[in-house]
Amino acid sequence: MVNAAPAATKKTSDGDKEVLVSVRGLKKHFPITAGIIVQRQVGAVKAVDGVSFDIIKGETLGLVGESGCGKSTTGRTLLQLYKPTEGSVVFEGRELTTMQSEDLRKMRRRMQMIFQDPFASLNPRMSVGRIVSEPLRIHKTITSKREQQEYVEHLLEKVGLNPYFVNRYPHEFSGGQRQRIGVARALALEPSFIVADEPISALDVSIQAQVVNLLEELQDELNLTYLFIAHDLSMVRHICDRVAVMYLGKIVELADSDELYDNPLHPYTQALLSAVPVPDPLVEERRQRVILTGDVPSPANPPTGCNFNTRCPVRFDLCYEEPDPELIEFSPGHWVACHRT
Amino acid sequence: MLKYIRQFLHRPSGLIGTIMLAVVVIAAVFAPWIAPYNPYERVQVQASDILAPPDSAHLLGRDDAGKDVFSQLIYGARVSLLVGFTASFVSMFIGTTVGLISGFYGGKVDNFLMRIVDFLLVIPDLPLALVIIAVWGRGLWKIIFVISILGWTYTARLVRSQTLSIKERQFVLRARAIGANNLRIIVRHVLPQVIPLIIAQAVLDISASILAESSLSFLGLGDPTLVTWGNMLNFAFERAISRQAWWFLLPPGFAILWVSMALILMGSTLEEIVNPRIKSHHLFNPRRMVSLVLPVPPESTPVPAIPTAQEDS
Repeated sequence: MVNAAPAATKKTSDGDKEVLVSVRGLKKHFPITAGIIVQRQVGAVKAVDGVSFDIIKGETLGLVGESGCGKSTTGRTLLQLYKPTEGSVVFEGRELTTMQSEDLRKMRRRMQMIFQDPFASLNPRMSVGRIVSEPLRIHKTITSKREQQEYVEHLLEKVGLNPYFVNRYPHEFSGGQRQRIGVARALALEPSFIVADEPISALDVSIQAQVVNLLEELQDELNLTYLFIAHDLSMVRHICDRVAVMYLGKIVELADSDELYDNPLHPYTQALLSAVPVPDPLVEERRQRVILTGDVPSPANPPTGCNFNTRCPVRFDLCYEEPDPELIEFSPGHWVACHRT
Repeated sequence: MLKYIRQFLHRPSGLIGTIMLAVVVIAAVFAPWIAPYNPYERVQVQASDILAPPDSAHLLGRDDAGKDVFSQLIYGARVSLLVGFTASFVSMFIGTTVGLISGFYGGKVDNFLMRIVDFLLVIPDLPLALVIIAVWGRGLWKIIFVISILGWTYTARLVRSQTLSIKERQFVLRARAIGANNLRIIVRHVLPQVIPLIIAQAVLDISASILAESSLSFLGLGDPTLVTWGNMLNFAFERAISRQAWWFLLPPGFAILWVSMALILMGSTLEEIVNPRIKSHHLFNPRRMVSLVLPVPPESTPVPAIPTAQEDS
């Protein structure tokens, strides 16, 4: 894989830290088909096109990028909810992409997901008690009805909900409460790894902070590892240890969050960060903004050369002539994919 | 389960529907004790008995063969209910299973099953039923069989289309993320969303089955040895209208209407209970609506009127 080398050497730069999830050259292409009776493939949407990164045990890795750049697909493909087109995902030392579906089902105890839309991700016909205890029944971790009930009440309490709510239905709750239900369900099997797919972007600003704080508290308490997918950059800086920036199915920059925010190397990251408003009118007035023109190119038909060359403010000849730049380690722990560097 | 039954009977529509259906079911079960005459017995008739109007001995008059219409009506409930419930149960079962599998798995399975459905849908039901019965011979169970294997296609389409939309919803992906297998996703997550649809469809299908049975009877392919509402209606259409014998024509029609009404009332109540979102909607809460409409009773002082209004909200 193109990106295998840099990710592999990262282990050394991170010292003796234990790698929990290791993604190498992950690709997910959705076929575009044509024809009515006999379907043939005429193209592919390259939602995720060769992504490599490691997630270290206990850390929160942020994954940011514009809408449609493949963040959610990366998360779902990583958890094998979508079958990857190519690449490998190693979780707790086991390869997931080649795993039989029954083994994979058992592995799901260890890795869970929190979904973006708390209104759509809870079955409207199931009471909260049944939603939260469903994983227990699937994996038969707790079989006695009474113990299940007690455990569910304990979980609800842990995520800050009244245990009295077990018999209520999702539509009786607000967005923030539903997201807590989603968190409680993800925690039911005591996983070590959680993919949080924009867990706060559907919530009110006042509720966002609550949910983020809840996630952080739970991380400390249960030693969780997060892949935190988001597009709110200020929130990402707050919660994440390291941040990966995605553009058009690829990672363009990966660094510790402070390093990334203070010293962004990729022009796309610079543009993203310049869009974050500063809560100080004096600074805000003098702030230089990099305004990107145009839209994200279609992932079905990415530009030749560097993916970003249609919108890049600092593009030059090389960006059109050379193939897409590889992710290289510019300084220790700071990876970037740009010909300029 | 008991909770649901209690909820069901607490609603006026559920209670009325249940009572209406219970009346018919009791009539059907206890027909020999309720009916004053046995319509299957031969009777000696005189010319004046033919289509005789109602009197004290024959509450709904007599038919074209001089038999008591009221007794026929009660015995007819047996066949109609048997055909209606059995045929629609079987067709709902087949239709739901095919629809769920087809919609959930998609691809080749879907293609194969839907071509069978297409095949059955393009052939008009009645001629096909006629051919099958003509080749195979008459009989109650054969009629039930024919009605049920011709009746499931529409349900299958309906369930499939709903399944196609439900399986893309996020809670299905979420169920997969927590490790649920396909069977569990279908039974626990997809089926409950489809059930109200199936109930509504089943209600319609029961009356459709009763009508299908009477159509077959009309064309001479029903079971001529049985007394059914369909047979009665058709005899009445042929022979009673010209003689203005309304007592022969109206009762079977009314009986079919009665059963359909009962089932529709029950069906809509069931749907309200099974679907918690309908239940919680403020327009479905009669008390809330009344409190909005009713004026606050005039008080001697305006002060106590405010706390009562707050109590309501």
